[in-house]
Amino acid sequence: MAGITNEFLLERLQQQFGEKIKAAEETFGIVSVVIEPDSILDIVKWLNTDNILKFKFLTDICGSHYPDLTGQELCAVYHVQSMENNVRLRLKAFMPVSKPEIPSLTSLYSSANWMERETYDFYGINFIGHPNLKRILNVEEMDYFPLRKEFPLEDATRTDKEDQYFGR
Amino acid sequence: MGLNSLMAVPHVDYKNTHREMTTDIKKTDVNLVEAPDGHLGEGFFATSIEKVIGLARANSLWPLPFATSCCGIEFMATMGSNYDLARFGSERMSFSPRQADVLLVAGTIAKKLGPVLKQVYLQMAEPRWVIAIGACASSGGIFDTYSVLQGIDKVIPVDVYVPGCPPRPEQIIDGIMKVQELAKNEPLRRRNSPQYQALLTSYGIQ
Amino acid sequence: MDQTTLKENKIKNTASGEERESDLHIEYTTLNLGPTHPATHGIFQNILTMDGEIVIDSEQTCGYIHRAFEKIAERRPYYQITTLTDRLNYCSSPINNIGWHMTVEKLIGVDIPKRAQYMRVIIMEFARISDHLVCNAVIGVDTGALTGFTYLFQWREKIYDIFEHICGARLTTNIGRIGGLERDFSPEVYKKINEFLADFPKIFKEFSTLLERNRIFFDRTNKTGPITAERALNYGFTGPNLRAAGVDYDVRVANPYSSYEDFDFQIPIGVNGDTYDRFMVRQEEIWQSLKIIRQALDNMPAGKYFADVPEFYLPPKEDVYNNMEALIWHFKIVMGESDVPKGEVYHAVEGGNGELGFYLVSDGGRTPYKLHFRRPCFIFYQAYPEMIRGGMLSDAIVTLSSLNVIAGELDA
Repeated sequence: MAGITNEFLLERLQQQFGEKIKAAEETFGIVSVVIEPDSILDIVKWLNTDNILKFKFLTDICGSHYPDLTGQELCAVYHVQSMENNVRLRLKAFMPVSKPEIPSLTSLYSSANWMERETYDFYGINFIGHPNLKRILNVEEMDYFPLRKEFPLEDATRTDKEDQYFGR
Repeated sequence: MGLNSLMAVPHVDYKNTHREMTTDIKKTDVNLVEAPDGHLGEGFFATSIEKVIGLARANSLWPLPFATSCCGIEFMATMGSNYDLARFGSERMSFSPRQADVLLVAGTIAKKLGPVLKQVYLQMAEPRWVIAIGACASSGGIFDTYSVLQGIDKVIPVDVYVPGCPPRPEQIIDGIMKVQELAKNEPLRRRNSPQYQALLTSYGIQ
Repeated sequence: MDQTTLKENKIKNTASGEERESDLHIEYTTLNLGPTHPATHGIFQNILTMDGEIVIDSEQTCGYIHRAFEKIAERRPYYQITTLTDRLNYCSSPINNIGWHMTVEKLIGVDIPKRAQYMRVIIMEFARISDHLVCNAVIGVDTGALTGFTYLFQWREKIYDIFEHICGARLTTNIGRIGGLERDFSPEVYKKINEFLADFPKIFKEFSTLLERNRIFFDRTNKTGPITAERALNYGFTGPNLRAAGVDYDVRVANPYSSYEDFDFQIPIGVNGDTYDRFMVRQEEIWQSLKIIRQALDNMPAGKYFADVPEFYLPPKEDVYNNMEALIWHFKIVMGESDVPKGEVYHAVEGGNGELGFYLVSDGGRTPYKLHFRRPCFIFYQAYPEMIRGGMLSDAIVTLSSLNVIAGELDA
């Protein structure tokens, strides 16, 4: 299927949003741009409605935690794709851990509902406008966000496994 | 022959009819259940009721497949025609705990599912046995994480552990056979004994 | 099915046409299709609000088998993560394994020889057949047809046999290595594959005649749990469920990987997006997979079955015992001291249920910095309430089994 090239995509994106694209690169065949959290909804909506790009499919939303980047610890990563043009795009939005807020995409894509709940569950990123932002995979009473780097993998209260035998 | 009719096996005596029909005597390969010790007489067989009940229970264990993940698929393969669990008496998979004898926990149990598992166990009527199939049900398996219960014996008492990831169907059948041994040899008063009550109380079960 | 309107407590006099308030208090019931249920084939909970037999709404809870794969992956070296990927969609674990290996190969930038690619295609297509056989057998079981289940599971044992000869395990295969496969196909494997390709079509035809044009099955599954193509795309559907709704998106064709472009196969698509279409799409995909395996077997190129990437691919044991360099490589690999380039890569394969994506962020260390699995089951299961609204309870059960939700992939 004939599609558009990554260069064309990047060019068009920068043409439309200019200063909102803070950084852009092409890694392993996918264009990856860094944006401000507030502009995610506008950009994804434009990508959806644009007649040339036609990014009508939200592939994935996940999060990431970089404790070394002060002021930008948490990152929400969005993968969108255009099936007609056979091209993918990755959008990353960095947020400080003190105020991890980003608009939700549930008004645009129904698939964003659970994906954002999972990202909230693991990293604590608040999606503003989400209809039902509560934990989805962990127990409801859990009071910390387990996938952040400061928390261990194992359950510290377990009694039957001794850390010294497991090399920890 | 009197022995056979008491043990609820087919009434036709295969050995004798076969001998009549053919000239050479062939051994049959139909396996009959081993009779327990007792007094055999003309038209009667006397043994202790414990042994008879044990025999009946052991050969008609109705499992409750609590299949969570990959071990559940191996359990489905055990139920299938190649490995056939039905010939061990487990023909009817009871999904209602009230009517089940054995709770087969196959797969990872997360902490979120722990209370559900305990509830299902509580709903089962005595005598009940529990088999933990797979490494995850026995001890948490490869998932030594904050969200996985490190073995179901943290919430319910377990009788047989079947290790493996996932265990082959032959191993699962071996586990069921061990429960059959347990059921056959269990004293009638075990479920009322103080040791058993103490075991249940240690899990918080009245 | 139409969306039912809220129940109004009114009684209409059919003769005169006038309405009055009823004395009866009509309310909806709540039914817990709980985490453990014989027909849900997995551990997830649906709290249904019912009006008699009609489903009004459904609230879902999942996470009952959450095993924190993504957190574990941050602790394991790259080749140990293969055992984790096994347990995602455990009905077709080779696809997950090979997908992960391809992601790492993309990161380190290595080309796999053609022979290894064709072998991988054969293994992946067998895994796809295995997955679809479970799903279709289980749709039959949920409508009451247990015979199909017993037929097909016997043939799944033959696929398990083939996997055992290739890698040693039946279900959670941990197949292959980063850089190819661990051993070549032995003559026994070729013999078994040829036997399967010769004998299976007859049995599968028999299964098809049991259900495909069966009046009862058709009435149970036609127009139940429908979803339009537009809503399916909005919900992030991929795989057979999306193809049943009419969209011909298949990762094997859109972004071909592992030499899929060499093979001639078709993508079946449905019309309504209902249960019958999902069943039929999977049936046809099994036929297409058999075709792909036949082509791959006939055109298997000669060559090596692994790439030249000594930092990741364990050297043969004879070299390890005799050659110092191979011993050092072996030690480094097993201790996880391989150098991985930094970067982030997203790679998708066509899993049994749709686009299985791996988003890997590497910081050059021995373990990934972050690994996220784009799990198709998790994403399309959100659409379930919309699909069953207005239908009956038994339709809800059949819809659930036709979606092929695998709990391991749902919760990861």
